[in-house]
Amino acid sequence: MSAVLDKTPPAHNAGGKPGVGSMSAPSVARVTRSTLAKDVRLEWRSKDAINSMLFFSLLVVVIFAFGFDPTAEESRRIAGGLFWMAVLFSTVVALNQTWARELRNQVLDAYRVSPASPASLFIAKAVGNFIFVATLEVLMVPLFVVFYNLRSLGPVWQLLLVAALSTWALVVNGTFFGAMSIRTRSREIMLPLILFPISIPALLTMVEATTQILTGESTPTFGIQLLLIYDIVFTTICLTLFSTILNAE
Amino acid sequence: MKPGIVIFGIVAAALLSYGLHAALVGAPTEQTMGDVQRIFYYHVPSAWTAFLLFFVNFVASIWYLVRRNPIADAIAVSAAEVGVVFCTVVLVTGPIWAKPVWGIWWTWDARLTSTLVLWLIYVSYLILRRYATGGQTQVMAAVLAIFGFLDVPLVYMAIRWFRTQHPQPVIGGGEGSGIHPSMMHALMWNFVAFLVFAGLVMWLRYRIELASRAIESEFAQRAVDDDLHGHMPVRSTR
Repeated sequence: MSAVLDKTPPAHNAGGKPGVGSMSAPSVARVTRSTLAKDVRLEWRSKDAINSMLFFSLLVVVIFAFGFDPTAEESRRIAGGLFWMAVLFSTVVALNQTWARELRNQVLDAYRVSPASPASLFIAKAVGNFIFVATLEVLMVPLFVVFYNLRSLGPVWQLLLVAALSTWALVVNGTFFGAMSIRTRSREIMLPLILFPISIPALLTMVEATTQILTGESTPTFGIQLLLIYDIVFTTICLTLFSTILNAE
Repeated sequence: MKPGIVIFGIVAAALLSYGLHAALVGAPTEQTMGDVQRIFYYHVPSAWTAFLLFFVNFVASIWYLVRRNPIADAIAVSAAEVGVVFCTVVLVTGPIWAKPVWGIWWTWDARLTSTLVLWLIYVSYLILRRYATGGQTQVMAAVLAIFGFLDVPLVYMAIRWFRTQHPQPVIGGGEGSGIHPSMMHALMWNFVAFLVFAGLVMWLRYRIELASRAIESEFAQRAVDDDLHGHMPVRSTR
């Protein structure tokens, strides 16, 4: 990866026209940027993932409200869990589309034979999913405020930090397992079956940390550290093993 | 090979019988819990054996990814399957022991929850193996095994943090601060017996895996041969 990064810029700068006539592989940053831009543009025009995710999480929120009939005090206690359950289930919707989109017209095979590094493809996909899920979360907050009379007693910046780390935790493994589950029979159901068990520690931590902030009980320092460790460990393994999965035959 | 398995089986049966005797007759009755506590001699060795088998699965998976050796994959799948069986024994004997002692079948305490999550992870590994298609199965399974194993310490940390936030359930007895020497004797003999027994089952499972692969490739070979003799235009290999 670093070898590619070191090699490419001088070749392009010397030639003046980037990419034309040069035999070197495209840089990681450029492949990442163009793949990400393509995915975001596709989603912006079709709004396939975000629409279905949003409606799905709306349904989860409404149906859970029937199940619990919460007061404002109670809702602070259960909202953390509810919010992340809704996000988790709707994330699967987005994740299932990420790679299925690339199966049409053998785009994934084209990636495989191209000199672009698999890591850049993975980062682009994971960041793209992060953007979609983060957008969903932003749109879901008003729902919770309205339906559950929710108001955080703890500082909001902590909520943002926990949300960012948690979203990455779900999305990084989800993107990776998505690439695995497209090669299985009944792939749509396969993804949650392998993603959820692995995500349990992250899920437990994000729910508990969010609840602590919402109720204003304490600062979830250890929770944030744990999410950070989870993110670092799994981002590293995903980047290390992604080319193995992409090229599995 | 055959006599080896017979000897292995006899040794395992002898050890299990001695373990049973040591657990039911040799070990003294526990003061507060009574005879129920004797399930301990099966519960704990099963747990240790399961964890050991999951570790074998992890090592074999790395070995497979590095060398692409089909033997490593066969070891990985046998270890995971037998490990899940022993982990199930732990999860079943646990509540049987807990009900008379704690008064409840289950509590979401750190150790119980971690074991349950571990079981879930390895069941998902076996499901992936079942649903994956073609030659990618081994690679994907090996990758998931690495994810699963690295997840275990995180599971334990998360659950311990989560649980210390809440009042602990009343846990009576258990193997807290050292046990009677004769109890230790029964425990260790049962551990050895369970290890040998697990080794035997895993060996048999491993041989079945190899045999089924041999049969599969034989069928594939025959299909290719029939194709060659039956029709002139042979489908090109991908």
